[in-house]
Order: sequence, then C-alpha cells, then structure tokens
Amino acid sequence: MVQRLLLQGNEAAGWGALAAGCGAFFGYPITPQNELTEWFAREFPPRGKVFVQSQSETASINMLYGAAATGVRAMTSTSSPGWGLMQEGMSNLANAELPCVVVLVSRGGPGVGTTRHSQMDYTSATRGGGGGGYRNIVLAPWSVQELHDHVQLAFYLADKYRNPTVVLSDAILGQMAEPLEVKALDFGSLPPKDWAVKGITRHQDGQRRGLSAGQGFFPSPQYPTYLDFMSAFDRKLKAMRASEVRYEAHCVEDARLILVAFGSTARMALEATQAARERGMKVGLVRPISLWPFPYEAIRKLCKSAKFLVVEDNLGQMLEDVEMAAGEVHFLGMLARHEPREQGMVFPDKVLEKIEEVY
Amino acid sequence: MEKVRVTGGSPLWTRPEFATIPFCPGCQEPVASEALLQVLEETGLVGEAIAVVGIGCNSFLPFLWKMDFVMAAHGRPPDVATAVKRILKYPLVFTVQGDGDCFAIGAGSTVSAAIRGEKITIIMLNNNNYGTTGGQMSPTTLLGQKTSTTALGRGGNEEGFPAHVAETMATFKGVCYSARTAVNDPASFQRTKRCLRTAFQMQMEGLGLSFVEIIVACPPNRRLSPLETIKWIDDEVLAEFPLGEFKNVGREEMEDREPVEVKG
Ligand code: SF4
Repeated sequence: MVQRLLLQGNEAAGWGALAAGCGAFFGYPITPQNELTEWFAREFPPRGKVFVQSQSETASINMLYGAAATGVRAMTSTSSPGWGLMQEGMSNLANAELPCVVVLVSRGGPGVGTTRHSQMDYTSATRGGGGGGYRNIVLAPWSVQELHDHVQLAFYLADKYRNPTVVLSDAILGQMAEPLEVKALDFGSLPPKDWAVKGITRHQDGQRRGLSAGQGFFPSPQYPTYLDFMSAFDRKLKAMRASEVRYEAHCVEDARLILVAFGSTARMALEATQAARERGMKVGLVRPISLWPFPYEAIRKLCKSAKFLVVEDNLGQMLEDVEMAAGEVHFLGMLARHEPREQGMVFPDKVLEKIEEVY
Repeated sequence: MEKVRVTGGSPLWTRPEFATIPFCPGCQEPVASEALLQVLEETGLVGEAIAVVGIGCNSFLPFLWKMDFVMAAHGRPPDVATAVKRILKYPLVFTVQGDGDCFAIGAGSTVSAAIRGEKITIIMLNNNNYGTTGGQMSPTTLLGQKTSTTALGRGGNEEGFPAHVAETMATFKGVCYSARTAVNDPASFQRTKRCLRTAFQMQMEGLGLSFVEIIVACPPNRRLSPLETIKWIDDEVLAEFPLGEFKNVGREEMEDREPVEVKG
C-alpha cells in the first residue's frame, strides 16, 4: 500500500525504518535530529517495537550492538558530536560483523560545532573514525523521499554484508518537508541470520553462538588467525567497492565542466547546472549517492573530457576524493555561502558565479 | 566436543574450539564461574541464557561455556545486555564484568542500567585491580594496596577511596537485589550460588536489575601465592568490603517499576 504524506526528512527516516522492518531504536537527544528520535519514541512502543532513550551516544551505539547481536533490524541516529562518541562502537560493530543502520544528521564544525546545516562529517563518515581501518557504506540522500528509501536500502546493505551502514543526512534534509510516498522497497533476498544469539536451546543445531568484537584477536573456528580474519574482511571491503557504487549523472555527455556535489548541496548544484545550460554553457553534474564506496571510476572516465567543480558545504572533504580521480578540479565551499551571514547557504547563483569563473 | 572440567563440576564447561585459555594459578575467576554454571544447570536456565562480557580476564570465560554469549567493548555490557533483553524478552541475560569494566570505564553504563531498572543481572568479579593489563589500580583497590600504578600504595587523597559497588547499587530504585559474596571457602561458594540463584530468579520475575559482586583472588598481581592471597582477602579485603545482601525487595516494593507491556 502506498501512502502519500507531507513530511520532514527526519520523520521520513522513521517511516523508512518501519517499512524496512526495523524492530529497535536507541537514541540520545541531539539537534538537529531530535524529531527522528522523538518519532521512534512515539511510533515504536505502540507497535510492540523497542525504543530506549539511552544515557549517551556511547550507550546508543552499544545498545545497537546488543540489538544487532539478536538478529533484529536496529537503528540509531545522531548528529556530529554524538557521532564522534559512537566511533568506538562503529569499529566494534564492524569487527563483530553486526548489521545495523546509523542515520547521521550532521551539523557544522569540529567539536560541539554548531547546529547549522553543513557537510562537515564527510571524512569521518566515509573513512571510519574508530580504530582499525574498517569501512562502512555511506549513503547520501538529497530529498525527503530518498531519506526514506535510503534507510531501507541501508538495512538491506547492512544485512547483505553484515556491516554497519550509515545514512548521511544534514540539517536541511532533516528539517525540510516534502511529499513522501511511504512504501516498503524490495531489494531481494538475504541469507538467514543463523549467527544471532537466542539461547542455546533455540538454535536448530543446538550449538552455541558467540559474537565478539575481538575477531582476529580471539581465534575462532571461522577465523583461526588474525590474517584469516583480515583476509575475509578485505574480501568484504572489495566486494562492497565492486558492487555498491551508486551515483547519478546529469548532462555529462558533452560537458566541459562537471559539478560534483552530494546531499542537499547537490540540489543547489543541479539548479546552477540547469541555469548554466540555459546560458549555453556545457555544464553537467555528478551526484555521488554512495560516498563510500566513492564513484572514482565514473569521475575518472569523465575527466578525459571535462574539468571539475566540487560544491560542498564544508571546507573541501569530498574534494580530496574527486582530486584522486580527476585532473583539473576547482572547489566552492562553505566559505562561499551566498549570504554574508552565518545562517546563509550556498545558493545556486553563487555556484553559477563560480561556474562562470572556472568554465 | 570434549568436556573439560576446569574446576571439576559443571558439565557446562567446554573446550574452546581453537586454543587453550589461560587463567593464572590460584585465579578465582574460574571458581566464581563454576558457581555460576552450577546455578544455571540446577535452575535449568542455561538453554535460554545469554552471557554478555566486556574486556578483562573474565571475557575469556564464555569461550569456555556451553552458552550463547556476546563480547562487548570495555565497560559496555550493561548497554548491550539492555538491548538483548528488551528485544528477546524471554532469556536470562547476565553480564560478567571486572571491577574496572563495571565501575570505572563502565560506571556510566552500570549506573544508567540501574536507573532504568533493566531486567538484567550484573555479576561483577572484584579482584581489586586490573588483572589483564598487569595489575594497575582499579576503583576497588584497597587504601595502601601497591599496584603497578600505585607504587607507594593507594593513597586516598591522591588516588581516591575504594568504591563500594554493591552498596551503591542497592541505593537505586530500579535495583531489586544487590549482594556481595566471595568464593574463598566452601561455605562462601555455596552462599555465592544462593545469591546468584536469587538474582536470576528476580530477573526472571521481571522485578528489576539484580547485582552480585563476587570477591575473587588474583594472586600474581598481588605478588602473593594463591594461599597468601586468600588470607589477604580474609584479613583485609573483607574488612573493607563486608559480605552480605544489601537489597532484596519483593514485587510490592518494585511495583511502580513494572514495565509497560510490550507486544512481540
Ligand atoms: S590476572 Fe588475575 S584475574 Fe586475570 S587470570 Fe590472572 S589471576 Fe585471574
């Protein structure tokens, strides 16, 4: 059944989780994602699902670890300072191969930062801020509808790879309202979670299950040595890199200048691209949907015929990824926000100005 | 799979699939574990038991048990156990933690689970130091006790005073049971079993959080022989940390802790 609603992005993430069959949410209040946690507090208990307001983001991520260990689909959400606290947990979830979803509604600056919109968490989300060189798939929606859809895709990918998946939202996407089609998406079948803990008598084979964030440290039948674990982990990362690159390209075929932008900023970039086309300039846009794995190959192919302009609401974090793939790369960052006030955004005409400058 | 009787007793001990697991000579963590396994066997709860451990010597134990387990980050077992219990609802969920895991790095998790009155059991093995990392000071190190980070002996003004965890846990309304026991002689071993049985029973009745602190010997880090360590526990540790039940309340007293019924 398709339901059409006018909803905020933060709430759309909740409806997406519900459609994905999420059974538990753990969260701690932090702006600008409070509507999301409050949505779960309101909607989950009456449906017989678990909601716990934790004592900290450290607790949220560890509750998520416990929840994922039971095999249930579980989720948390946070914003930048809370994301910092969750890094140890993210690393442990990756080691224990526990699938779960984290929605990160990022805010500005390092430290406490600001509650203003920004894309300052690109690097910590895509590189893994905890110990040990793990990675997680990072999806970057650009609309309320995509937030809802990406949460569902994130659950599927988390289960497919037994790895945490991040949906990277921001204050604009979280707070704005757009029409939303609420519906369950089908991404295909998944293997049963016969590794989950239940109590020994509830397993068909009667064998115990042990889930540990010390794989590679404690030898196991599956991974007798550290290298066995690392090789398996490497295979997983390579499989994600090979199969989970997602992006969208607009008007790139004949483009001389290609904008690269993700999330809410990509909306401004698309508008500027269209305006530049109307002025006869051959401008295109690539919007990475998976920030990790990043669409390096797509950009590498395009760089033979075009130069690039990266537009993002930070000081240039995705810029480094585009530079790795492409030759000539220009950058327009948060310091070029349209209004000379701190609440300002990068509006399309500021992007257009930059296009005209580097075209 | 071959059974290994580590301390001779419960058939719930099992050889890990991969390696031998070392405990130092005279370590009482396997003894406390034997009491735990005997209770699980006698109460028939083992089939639905899920153990949650953090980091420390005790985190090796579940690899030796015929039981489902989750190994979490240092200090986080109460958070992990909270989720496991709230989602599955039916099992016996207990944590096994050291005193550092439970009340230093994990103090926030332990106290918060107590505030929320989670229907779990926390078992804290108190060996008065950080055993795994080489005997550094922990929250329960005695005043004057020499450790590798208190070379002159713990001084209250510099390093603070020993934490009384079982007494502290008893002060939370969400806690229905709190006890401190030891395993230094056969009688205390039996008392430990009784305390664990009560704690598990109260969890299964859904009364609130139950807590059992078990004093255990860690001879190498005391630089004492196993027998000398037991004498030190008898003479000094138990003088600082008296054994006993600090809280044991019935359903009436926990009534306003009754959870909202959550459907499966
Ligand atoms: S260090 Fe102490 S607690 Fe750890 S195994 Fe040895 S005796 Fe037991």
